[in-house]
Amino acid sequence: MGTTASQLSKDLLSEYQELTFLTKQEILLAHTRFTELVAKEERSSLSLRIPMEKILTMPELKSNPFRKRICYVFSTSERKDGSLTFEDFLDLLSAFSDSATLEIKSHYAFRIFDFDDDGTLDCGDLENLVNCLTGETDDTRLTPDEMRQLINNILEESDIDKDGTVNLSEFQHVISRSPDFVSSFKIVL
Amino acid sequence: MDSVDSVFYSDRIGPSSNPLLDQLPSYQSLLYRRKPTASGSMKRRGSSRTRVGSSSSWKWKGEKVEERPKTTSLQRPVREQPKTIEEKRKDKELRIEQDRDLGSWKLWRQTTRRSLRRLKEDGLELLSTLQLWRGDIHVIEGMFGTGILSYFSFLRFLVLLNFVIFLLMFSFVMLPIIIAPRTLANTTFNIYDGSECSEYPSTSRRGLVVFHQYIADLLSGTGFLEETYLFYGYYKVDAIHFPKFTYKLPLAYLLVTIAYLFLSLIWIVKRSASGFKRNLVQDEDRFQSFCNKIFAGWDFCITNETAARLKRSSLLYELKTDLEEERIKQKIADRTRKEKCRIYFLRLVLNLFVVAVLAACFYSIYRATIYSQKSQMEPPANFILDLIYEYLPSIVITLANFITPLMFTLIIQFEDYSPAFEIRFTLMRCVFMRLASIGVLLFSLWSQITSCSGGSCPCGYNHELYPCWESRVGQEMYKLMIFDFIIIGAVTVFVEFPRKLIVTYCDCGLAKWLGQQEFAIPQNVLEIVYGQTICWIGTYYCPLLPAISTLKYFIVFYIKKMTLVKNCRPATRPFRASSSNFFFLVVLLIGLAMACVPVTVSIAQISCSQACGPFVNYTTSWEVVPQTVSQLPKGLRRFLFALASEAFAVSFFVITCLAMFYVIALAGAHKRVVDQLREQLAMEGKDKRFLIQKLCQAQRTPARSLGAQSHSDRGSQSQSGAQNYCSPEGVLLARPSVSATHV
Repeated sequence: MGTTASQLSKDLLSEYQELTFLTKQEILLAHTRFTELVAKEERSSLSLRIPMEKILTMPELKSNPFRKRICYVFSTSERKDGSLTFEDFLDLLSAFSDSATLEIKSHYAFRIFDFDDDGTLDCGDLENLVNCLTGETDDTRLTPDEMRQLINNILEESDIDKDGTVNLSEFQHVISRSPDFVSSFKIVL
Repeated sequence: MDSVDSVFYSDRIGPSSNPLLDQLPSYQSLLYRRKPTASGSMKRRGSSRTRVGSSSSWKWKGEKVEERPKTTSLQRPVREQPKTIEEKRKDKELRIEQDRDLGSWKLWRQTTRRSLRRLKEDGLELLSTLQLWRGDIHVIEGMFGTGILSYFSFLRFLVLLNFVIFLLMFSFVMLPIIIAPRTLANTTFNIYDGSECSEYPSTSRRGLVVFHQYIADLLSGTGFLEETYLFYGYYKVDAIHFPKFTYKLPLAYLLVTIAYLFLSLIWIVKRSASGFKRNLVQDEDRFQSFCNKIFAGWDFCITNETAARLKRSSLLYELKTDLEEERIKQKIADRTRKEKCRIYFLRLVLNLFVVAVLAACFYSIYRATIYSQKSQMEPPANFILDLIYEYLPSIVITLANFITPLMFTLIIQFEDYSPAFEIRFTLMRCVFMRLASIGVLLFSLWSQITSCSGGSCPCGYNHELYPCWESRVGQEMYKLMIFDFIIIGAVTVFVEFPRKLIVTYCDCGLAKWLGQQEFAIPQNVLEIVYGQTICWIGTYYCPLLPAISTLKYFIVFYIKKMTLVKNCRPATRPFRASSSNFFFLVVLLIGLAMACVPVTVSIAQISCSQACGPFVNYTTSWEVVPQTVSQLPKGLRRFLFALASEAFAVSFFVITCLAMFYVIALAGAHKRVVDQLREQLAMEGKDKRFLIQKLCQAQRTPARSLGAQSHSDRGSQSQSGAQNYCSPEGVLLARPSVSATHV
């Protein structure tokens, strides 16, 4: 699976094209950016795993409040430390690309927003989400009253079976009627 | 039995932490624990995956999701599944193996489908690399987010639209005239019968001409520019006789005008099709505004740290405003009658004031136009003064469009609307002001053209003052466009740059009060829609105007990008990308509708000039069409008359109304079904929890009462005495006798 040269072979490239939503140019660019993060000596194999801290130095992820969640979600590492291989990285870019389907995007968005990884968005997840969006410091947060009002509103709008949590199908239903989602859920290198 | 009855009263809105609940098939499909060694099992297409975790609390190793035999003809591409690349690779290999079992016909069909899809993707990729300004727009997106991005892609769309209109006009009107002398064609020109209506004094300057006269001519379209391809008056060709057919230029001119208006309409509607459906039909923003803001609120494409911080603060501001607005709505609903009367009275007075202001502006534009026209008849006193008189209508319009938005934002604060409605209403007023000012200008021109000193005009228009009135109108449109362009450039250079310098370097109170410039999207959009409306109106009189417009918007893109990057900070009040796209296209459509009115009136109503232009031999421009139709073969003529007859129109209208009523009724029925289904879903969820809790309580009671004996009955499951949960095997093996012992 690994190539000794730092270039991607042609059939590997076309395989990636088939398995992801990225174009040839985008895959090559991703490869260049990925290998930049690695020290020169270790650039030989493709199955190399880059630790999360290095990934987070990329400008596209640096100012993103969900950067850590993104790394955790796309990581296939057994230690669950958020490290990414090149293929994980391609998966990430594919889900965030222009041509990815709404289903893929909403699926991964759900997983990113599910902070406790329990398969539903409950009040704790939503609170974490809102705090990520508004800011980390105390004066940039909503007051507890406002937070409660906001979470109630969200659940009222999206929780169809009224169990107090948003599960994947409810989330996908809400996203399918949200016109902004596709254009904002996009990372382009 | 309290413990059982309590099930009825359980009001739990949180997820019940019941392992039994976890094992239901529906719940299983919602979870996705990663299994390190993923199995390449077939999954239902399109559904979310289940990955069974190998954690110890799970004993459920059976079927995960029901496996439907995949119909190979409806397979979706592998990459549309939310799995890792490794898993997708295995899926693909599995599919290839499956394909080997297929018949040759299905195999062939599948391979062709795949290769066609690949071809389409390659084609789209190639097209997207040809897109104008991709790199610039990417940079802007990273720095400012998708709201401002929509403005720039709108600008790009307008450049393209203008270029296409120019190509249309060029290839059907100008190209035949240009190539006619070079081919074997024979052009017949319009015959001037020598009457007083067809006198057209030459406007080229004679004698010693001062240099600045040329500049004045360039800026106002008079003098040497008047008798060029730029204006209507130059197209004096009646027909071009090619060897095989005759090319009638008047007909082509008229049809191209109608065609470009139609093309613009179709293109705009197509571009906004999805936006329309969402905003008009579903109006999800009203029903889902909070979800939309939270789940789709963050622009993942922002790369700049400052922009991210500002985005956060703008999101916070937006959320606080929305929550505040909810509270205000509550307050409004609680208003007493007396307060309501007071508010309505105040609104009425303020609206009357607004109408008065608008009327005053329109009247000043009217007077300025008349004054400007009169002073153009007299010889120029002074170069600068001459230019000012020429540009007087443009100056007045620009001033009015500068002052009125400020006034509107001030007034609306007293009218006590909700914040979102305030923004929309002010915007509507500004749109109306901008577009109506062009209408007033044209109306005053029209009144000048059709009013003669002796009462009724012998030629149908004032031929003494306006021997070629279409060229004159074209000149006014040309001046408006040039002035608009100058103003955009001047405001950037003389207002925005100094403001940035003051704010950066000077630490006085003025700097703090001004603050750094924000890129106000609505005002900028109105500016370019105004320019586009002028282009649409003016193309009929000034066929090269689309080319000038394309060039103008091309340069405006770079000006705006520069001012955005250097002078502006992101807006504190965020502008949603989707609703902004819809807003831009609606305003553009309003501009198009307003542009159609003067063009239609000039084509159909006002007599065309007898001294210049392609329509000399006709009374009005529209006459070309009936004349051409009368020369068509009989069958086609009869068909066209039938289409235009009343019987057809009425029946068409009735059928359209019936179709509309049917669709509305269908939509209402669907909505009712959706509501019922929602209620049913909520009820099902409650039922499920209720039943499970009852079951658990049922299991618990005999477990406590029967003691160890029942444990051994249940087989290998080791349960300690203090077990309070129902084991899966326990539930499965629950015998009717056990469940019957308790209520």
